[in-house]
Amino acid sequence: MVKINGEELNVTGKTAEQFLLENGYDIKRVAVELNGDILPKVQYECTILQDGDSVEIVSFVGGG
Amino acid sequence: MNNDKLILGGQEFNSRFILGSGKYSLNLIEAAVRDAGAEIITLAVRRANTKEQENILDYIPKGVTLLPNTSGARTAEEAVRIARLAREIGCGNFVKIEIMRDTKYLLPDNNETVKATEILAKEGFVVLPYMYPDLYAARDLINAGAAAVMPLAAPIGSNKGLATREFIQILVDEIDLPVIVDAGIGRPSQACEAMEMGAAAIMANTALATAGDLPLMASAFKNAVEAGRKAYLSGLGRVLSRGASASDPLTGFLRD
Repeated sequence: MVKINGEELNVTGKTAEQFLLENGYDIKRVAVELNGDILPKVQYECTILQDGDSVEIVSFVGGG
Repeated sequence: MNNDKLILGGQEFNSRFILGSGKYSLNLIEAAVRDAGAEIITLAVRRANTKEQENILDYIPKGVTLLPNTSGARTAEEAVRIARLAREIGCGNFVKIEIMRDTKYLLPDNNETVKATEILAKEGFVVLPYMYPDLYAARDLINAGAAAVMPLAAPIGSNKGLATREFIQILVDEIDLPVIVDAGIGRPSQACEAMEMGAAAIMANTALATAGDLPLMASAFKNAVEAGRKAYLSGLGRVLSRGASASDPLTGFLRD
């Protein structure tokens, strides 16, 4: 299981890019953190999600 | 006036009104930016929604500088994390540091803000720290590499105006960086007053978001900020301590 934005998901073995695309994230408009470190966009394709990984996917929203 | 630019991180801006984008419809952003004449808009960073959710970036006109904030951060460490994520999204290196441990009054933690400023300035961010208007903290923020300081006028979202007037004036008088008055400005007249005092810019969100007609209020703020700036540049007329001073000639009366 991989924890993504606080939710445990059964996506072990997928690449970060696969996960993002399959779930409809706009890759150009998100940032991804893997186990506390920024995952650069160029690494989405070659990063395989492992059991126990913790991922945060963020984007901009309205704010002051 | 044409050469009167706001300079932040080496970038020149003609507008001195920074627009917030929170608490109102994405459909109003374009009109708000246009009618405010804004060249900088703030954003927040949150866990991303998937799929058909609308993205705020689709609604912000091209050429507007994005100023992500670190809202949600309670410590310097959390603010640094949010700032790095914001930059990774890929829309520039400006960041407004916002660190609050207090959830009732939403007051900024100046100590943590100085720490975060130092780290992020070293990493090449243009750091605009939201702060409680304290002279020592402002000096520490300069030393830490801030591009401006953003003292609060009143508690966030309160629309109460320049509650910290005297202390903002001290910052304006003593700090060499742009002083951008942020938070609590509720009316154009208050924005104008802060600009007359020598503030470099005004940031507002709730004043617009809770107004009856948002684009019209954006336009009112634009005019107020410009009026205050012109008044400051011109130098305000003096105030008499007592008595009066006629504006009309004191000769040629029709009475003798």
